[in-house]
Amino acid sequence: MEIQELKVKAAQIRMDLLTIIHRAKTGHTGGSLSNTDILTALYYEIMNIDPANSKWEDRDRFIASKGHSVESLWCVLADRGFFPREELETYSQFGTRLIGHPNNKVPGIEMNTGALGHGLPISVGMALAAKRDGRSYRVFCLMGDGEQAEGSNWEAAMAGAHYKLDNLVGIIDRNRLQISGTTEEVMGLDPLDEKWAAFGWNVVSINGNDMEELLQAFRAVPEVPGKPTLIMANTTKGKGVSFAENVPAWHHHVPNDEELALALTELSASIEELTQKGQV
Amino acid sequence: MNKIPNRQVICDTLLELAKDDRDIMVLASDSRGSAAMAPFANTFPEQFVEVGIAEQNIVGMSAGLAHSGKKPFVTSPACFLSMRSIEQIKVDVAYSRTNVKLIGISGGVSYGALGMSHHSVQDIAVARAIPGLAIVLPADRHETKKLTEALVKYDGGVYVRIGRNPVEDVYESDDYPFEIGKAVIVQEGSDITIIAAGETVRVALDAAKALSENGVSARVINMHTIKPLDEEAIIAAARETGRIITVEEHSIYGGLGAAVAEVVVQHHPVPMKVLGIPDEPAIAGKTAEVFRHYGLTGDNIKQIALELINK
Repeated sequence: MEIQELKVKAAQIRMDLLTIIHRAKTGHTGGSLSNTDILTALYYEIMNIDPANSKWEDRDRFIASKGHSVESLWCVLADRGFFPREELETYSQFGTRLIGHPNNKVPGIEMNTGALGHGLPISVGMALAAKRDGRSYRVFCLMGDGEQAEGSNWEAAMAGAHYKLDNLVGIIDRNRLQISGTTEEVMGLDPLDEKWAAFGWNVVSINGNDMEELLQAFRAVPEVPGKPTLIMANTTKGKGVSFAENVPAWHHHVPNDEELALALTELSASIEELTQKGQV
Repeated sequence: MNKIPNRQVICDTLLELAKDDRDIMVLASDSRGSAAMAPFANTFPEQFVEVGIAEQNIVGMSAGLAHSGKKPFVTSPACFLSMRSIEQIKVDVAYSRTNVKLIGISGGVSYGALGMSHHSVQDIAVARAIPGLAIVLPADRHETKKLTEALVKYDGGVYVRIGRNPVEDVYESDDYPFEIGKAVIVQEGSDITIIAAGETVRVALDAAKALSENGVSARVINMHTIKPLDEEAIIAAARETGRIITVEEHSIYGGLGAAVAEVVVQHHPVPMKVLGIPDEPAIAGKTAEVFRHYGLTGDNIKQIALELINK
């Protein structure tokens, strides 16, 4: 897809995720909005996947370690055709498979996640299996920045470097906010990039809400043979909705009717602007 | 007396099976020596993974490997594997339905003098609460071999607990039917039933032998699989022998005795006695010394059986 189309797609995904959260009256709005551009780049341009054959052996794997921001992922998977779009209406309803965390009963979800600090160890195992089997698939693991306080991440960081897994890509959605406030107030992480580099990873810092930078970073993998890559995606929590951006309460604030209408108006306007630019 | 510990039997059996099955993998947490897995690591380096002292990561990585078609055997001390990584076992293994075999080595009190931090006598209780996770304690080297063969064919998460030292044989050979989830009556009897698992099966047999000298016919059930539990064997024992004693190298809370009692009280209530480690940090000492201290001996079980029968 062209850059402009990807940006439009991201805005549409944001509209979808706000709509399902509003309808269900539950969800993690801020973190889903911040990682939407990352998911759009991966699922529409970067990853080698086949929605019609979701368990194809050589597919690239995506693990949502920050499983609470699943709403953007549900909307992307539905839009890519892993399951019917109408099923989005069941999100968070009684008995649904579209629960508030990734659930591998749904095509396109590899593993059940949601407990923080689990995704990277799993991803290391998958990447190691690919190496041992001589397969070429890559594993992308999206983590939160607040999640970095979980020690299991660092056990896995060591193992990823030890086994020289250059088919492994860790992505940190570095939006600098977690449920109780800023990450630096709750449990200081900086210099987070230096920590990952010290653990033997190739670290790339980008603007994680900039489609050009995301594509460039993902396409360059593996930049350094024999090293796993960590993409420090500096993002804005609540991205794309002016009144939600950088507001901690939007971690799991649910938009009311007025807020939804306003947000959809903003996003529609941005789509219109992008479309007009595209036509020029 | 047998000189081969069960951990070595697992390694020997996997060495044999891995020749023809390149998906079998062994993972260790700086435990290849204590798990007796060094020969496997040396023979099949491509099927061995060292994870370092990182029990959460070893389970998560194994789930990732299993997701990609591997058959990972995690070999790590039972005390840490069962409790430090219980959330990974719950989410990455059981909930995600990955094919991971968790081999808890040096379980029960087999770390002897190292104390409560290294004793593993709460592991069965913790593992029982995880839906979909099977729990197996083999009784001797023959059963360990048959179990290892069965594990390679079994698709799903299993927690296996074995001890550190060689144990006396329960079986004369491995020529008997073994099936995960199906109890084995190792001695028929009609007056009372003693149910045991793992290394306490030998103790239960000692008790049955002592009871026979008093003319008491004791049934001994090897309940090697604690989950899924063979409820039929328990109900039959309650109905046919009227009294049950359970013997385990585990806290009296949440282990074999509790599991059996849940079945007995709901289906065929009979007098029962649960023998195990009381609610305290287990005393330090060699396994036999600890067993003696807590009355996990043939003579003590005989006394309790006689009391139950004479009530």
